[in-house]
Amino acid sequence: MAEIVANLGLGFSIALSPYTLMLAILGCFIGTIVGALPGLGPSNGVAIMIPITFTLGLDAVAALVLLTAIYYGAMYGGRISSILLNIPGDEPAMMTCLDGHPMARNGRPGDALVISGVASFVGATLSTIGLMILAPALSRVAYQFGPAEYFALYLLAFCTLGGMASNNQAKAALASCLGIMIAMVGLDPNSGMARLTGGNLHLYDGVDFLVAIVGLFAVSEVFFFIEKHGKQGALNIVVGRVTIPWAEIWSTRWTMARSSVLGFLAGVLPGAGASLGSFLTYMTEKSIAGDKGGFGTGVAKGIAAPEVGNNAAAGGALVPMLTLGVPGSGTTAVLLAVLVTLNITPGPTLFTERPDVVWGLIASLLIANFVLLAMNVPMVKVFVRILRLPPAVLMPGVTMVSFVGIYALTGSYFDLLLVVAFGVLGYVLRKLDVPTVPVILGILLGGKMEKQLRDAMVLSDGDWTYLVSSPIAVGLLLAAFLGFVAPLFLRRFIRKPPVPDHAKPID
Amino acid sequence: MRVSDRIFGAVVVVGSLGYVAAASQIAAPFFSDPMGSRAFPMLVGTVAAICGAMMILRPDGEPDWPPGRAFGALLLATALLVGYAYALRPLGFLIPTAIVAGVLSWQIAPNPKAAALTGVGLSAGLFLVFRYVLGLSLLGFPRGWF
Repeated sequence: MAEIVANLGLGFSIALSPYTLMLAILGCFIGTIVGALPGLGPSNGVAIMIPITFTLGLDAVAALVLLTAIYYGAMYGGRISSILLNIPGDEPAMMTCLDGHPMARNGRPGDALVISGVASFVGATLSTIGLMILAPALSRVAYQFGPAEYFALYLLAFCTLGGMASNNQAKAALASCLGIMIAMVGLDPNSGMARLTGGNLHLYDGVDFLVAIVGLFAVSEVFFFIEKHGKQGALNIVVGRVTIPWAEIWSTRWTMARSSVLGFLAGVLPGAGASLGSFLTYMTEKSIAGDKGGFGTGVAKGIAAPEVGNNAAAGGALVPMLTLGVPGSGTTAVLLAVLVTLNITPGPTLFTERPDVVWGLIASLLIANFVLLAMNVPMVKVFVRILRLPPAVLMPGVTMVSFVGIYALTGSYFDLLLVVAFGVLGYVLRKLDVPTVPVILGILLGGKMEKQLRDAMVLSDGDWTYLVSSPIAVGLLLAAFLGFVAPLFLRRFIRKPPVPDHAKPID
Repeated sequence: MRVSDRIFGAVVVVGSLGYVAAASQIAAPFFSDPMGSRAFPMLVGTVAAICGAMMILRPDGEPDWPPGRAFGALLLATALLVGYAYALRPLGFLIPTAIVAGVLSWQIAPNPKAAALTGVGLSAGLFLVFRYVLGLSLLGFPRGWF
């Protein structure tokens, strides 16, 4: 305990510098806007901002603080369009539509926004504290991992993320393979020779995952907007004076406590992420309240539960990302790309070698939560106004920012062509219901997965049974198998609520 | 009619087998580890081919593809962005950006006047932000104009 306090002290000494604080506030502001806009979720938001952040030449802590503040901000902001437009700003905010929009239609949009804002704050803060306690403990376990365990762990990430993300296991597995296949292009790390480049010199360095992320997430989104001519619900709810319904918030205290724990756990599981967090918490609270609870008609508990759940999951998802280098969701995959680009290797050693990064980040997240509470309760009307920004201005802006960001970063027209190619690929994949997040994960982890496998074979001199020689590895492989197969059966029982097609962003 | 998944599956099978074939031709280095550079790409390519075959055998329902005109709009947007990639260096930032942003805006909401305004406004506004707030070294106009 004393150790955590000391580390936190170090973290706050970094996070409270005026410069870092300013970045955190800026990130919160941008994040909330991105989250509130229908169609742009946390992963698109962070993806668009990455190249810009790097060209600014921020140091590791500053860049990480800015981008995670955007991540948290987007998680808060997603609820705004759920409540006012009945269109989730991002997928995890989907469940907030169910009670948030009815309450807004009943003439209480301000109350709905305040309750959900407070719920976001509770979920995010408690899960950041959970991260603080669980992550160092998990990193001590991860010290025992050798190549065989890491290989099994990567396999687990692919299996569960793919298994959860899609309705068709073949498509999910295909997406992972596609990403790994792309990751193989370039120089072979062991022999130093080029492979699978087709003789194209531009490909000798491999495919930059930032290029893939911007293409798959941002550009494909623009294509969807063009197809639909930017049709979206009109904002016809007027938000009047915003007051704080204290009694109602207090009445949801147990809902918030339960949902924080559940959401956090859903986030820690690799591959589950925030969407599952909000889904589970809403369903749990609904069954606890029973028929008399009035869920679906605009009750406070129905708004609090999913918002606590998805924000708690956002913090939980950082645990496997920081300690094991395995992201639990699309957005944490994007954040992993950030770390790798900053030359920081996530994993157990991160906590001992770069405590400034880890604890600076955690302290910034705590501060960001208070900033976000201030932005999302008293200042919420500022963000409501942003919903009136027409997509015909927004989406071209997003495209141009992404392109210039990549261009400024790499200075290569070839990378811009790749961005377009990934945009088209992302459009086709999403049309065919092939999840795009495993593709990113594959590009990110494919090289490492191969390296661990080859290292394992070097250690065992080519004996494949080495992969199942330790109980941890066997356990992880079993979990991977279950994670891939279980959704086949669970899908019959758990039906995701239908989402309007135009509001299907990536987690 | 469940053709989309079948066609895509077939493309995946052919592509993956091609990938496996390419991977099998990777030259062996002088000193190699027990597994070498070929095995893992070949393995993953094979799994991808199996997934493609699964899509052919058990396709999902048809996605709602856009009608012909929207499809044309998407092709136009793609061609435009490819052109942008080639034009950005020789023509500078302002002109290509104004054109691309304007056309994209017009494609999303067909209002020529507003679209032209959006294009010019975004181009100029983003240039100012990128150049003077973020300090990126962007060329505004083609080299030699000023």
